[in-house]
Amino acid sequence: MAERGAPAEGGRLAEGVRAYRLVAGMWIRSTMAYRVSFAMTTFGNFAATFFDFVAVLLMFSHVEALGGYALPEVAFLYGLSAVSFGLADLVIGSMDRLGRRVRDGTLDTLLVRPAPVLAQVAADRFALRRLGRVTQGTLVLGWSLGRLDVDWSPLKLLLMPVMVASGFGIFCAVFVAGAAFQFVTQDASEVQNAFTYGGTTLLQYPPTVFAKELVRGVTFVLPLAFVNWLPAGYVLGRPYPLGLPGWVAFTSPLVAVVCCALAGLAWRAGLRSYRSTGS
Amino acid sequence: MGAGRLYVAVAAGGFRRYATYRAATAAGVFTNTVFGLILVSTYRALWDERPHLGGYDQGQAVTYVWLGQAFLSTLAIGGGGAEEELMERIRTGDVAVDLYRPVDLQAWWLAADLGRAFFQLLGRGLVPFAFGALCFPARLPADAGTWAAFAVAVVLAMLVGFGIRFLVALSAFWLLDGAGVSQVMWLAGYFCSGMLLPLNVFPGVLGEVVRVLPWSALLQAPADVLLGRADPLGTYLFQGAWAVVLLGAGRLLQSVAARRVVVQGG
Repeated sequence: MAERGAPAEGGRLAEGVRAYRLVAGMWIRSTMAYRVSFAMTTFGNFAATFFDFVAVLLMFSHVEALGGYALPEVAFLYGLSAVSFGLADLVIGSMDRLGRRVRDGTLDTLLVRPAPVLAQVAADRFALRRLGRVTQGTLVLGWSLGRLDVDWSPLKLLLMPVMVASGFGIFCAVFVAGAAFQFVTQDASEVQNAFTYGGTTLLQYPPTVFAKELVRGVTFVLPLAFVNWLPAGYVLGRPYPLGLPGWVAFTSPLVAVVCCALAGLAWRAGLRSYRSTGS
Repeated sequence: MGAGRLYVAVAAGGFRRYATYRAATAAGVFTNTVFGLILVSTYRALWDERPHLGGYDQGQAVTYVWLGQAFLSTLAIGGGGAEEELMERIRTGDVAVDLYRPVDLQAWWLAADLGRAFFQLLGRGLVPFAFGALCFPARLPADAGTWAAFAVAVVLAMLVGFGIRFLVALSAFWLLDGAGVSQVMWLAGYFCSGMLLPLNVFPGVLGEVVRVLPWSALLQAPADVLLGRADPLGTYLFQGAWAVVLLGAGRLLQSVAARRVVVQGG
């Protein structure tokens, strides 16, 4: 690696991806040293999210519909949210460790390495076991697709991968913004959980379940609704509680790009404000 | 120093230690409140469809949600109490120092965990609960007697919670890496304590089984005392029995472990 040096013409992005792959690869190799432990924790991850869905199933053992949505429809929302979030969690879910690194001063180690800090922090303790959550979400999504009563059109089919990719982008932005916030607060990493884990839990239920103010908040302030509520509403033929025009369902990719750009700016500002503990 | 005073000092230390992290406490309050908001919305949708589901009315279901958020970190339902540190000490071998001390291992960690639990109740539990009770149609008892009965049930829940987690921690003597056991405890804690959904909503045999497991002593039992749905004495008997069984098992396991302890490192 040393003889190659930093690619002069290669962009920061390519450099970041390369650093990310190196660090993540190292963590995968280290996890694979204990294969049984890896298999168990992956299964545990799967089971943990599975129980979430069991709670939904238990609810539907008492009712036909929740907020006007039948079980396959709720499962559809659940699957989309779980897969998008699961992928973001897999790729950069370790960002919430940043506060600890700021506290104990180990962030300095990353700063002196000739690789983008964001890529290093994102790949830190890369945990392949998080595939458990993605798998569970995919299964629920697949199950719902088999049961949904939807008139599939090419546009609706096209929207499926777009939704997952945009949702992934939006959740990644939340992770990065949360980490940037930790430069300031340091030991308040749990605030991040409210938006990441809390966000995905919220999106697993229909928007009609929640108060208008909350729906407005996650549509216009922190645009989580673009992960699944708005595009899935189009697929399911459901009106959105806020009465937005129909084309909004297709704006998720744009929203994801804007979110990522804003999170990137926040990250830069956070990193610039960093003062080492000096210990 | 008398033994009683020593353990009070240990508990006070546990309390103060957690009280130091103010930003973390504020962050926890925020997160518990957000999760409470999400859960309350889904519960209200459920109870709109089926009023009196599981014997609760809307107000009782709402109160239940906020109790759950108040107890989550207090009782370390998914783990994250004193047992985490004990586990780490067993793994690194530092526990040998603890075993040399002229104090009882279990009582020492119980005191530390109780101190932690009381801080989490005041620091992290009270605010989300008050927020929920003020902003939603919660149902709270008006008489001081029910509150007193509830307080006793909460203390018993703390004992049962520690009893479970102490056993989990001791498993590290045999397994060294407690990650797998912690994960199982996390799952069982969430599902069987009624954090996801009140246990009286669980259908059929599943419901009967989860209601006799020790986890139901954590959230469901105190909640039913506060909501006036359970007779306090019967609840105490149930919680007390589990506390005795779990703490007794902990004692037994502790003496076995102390005899076969292998100290790591050096």
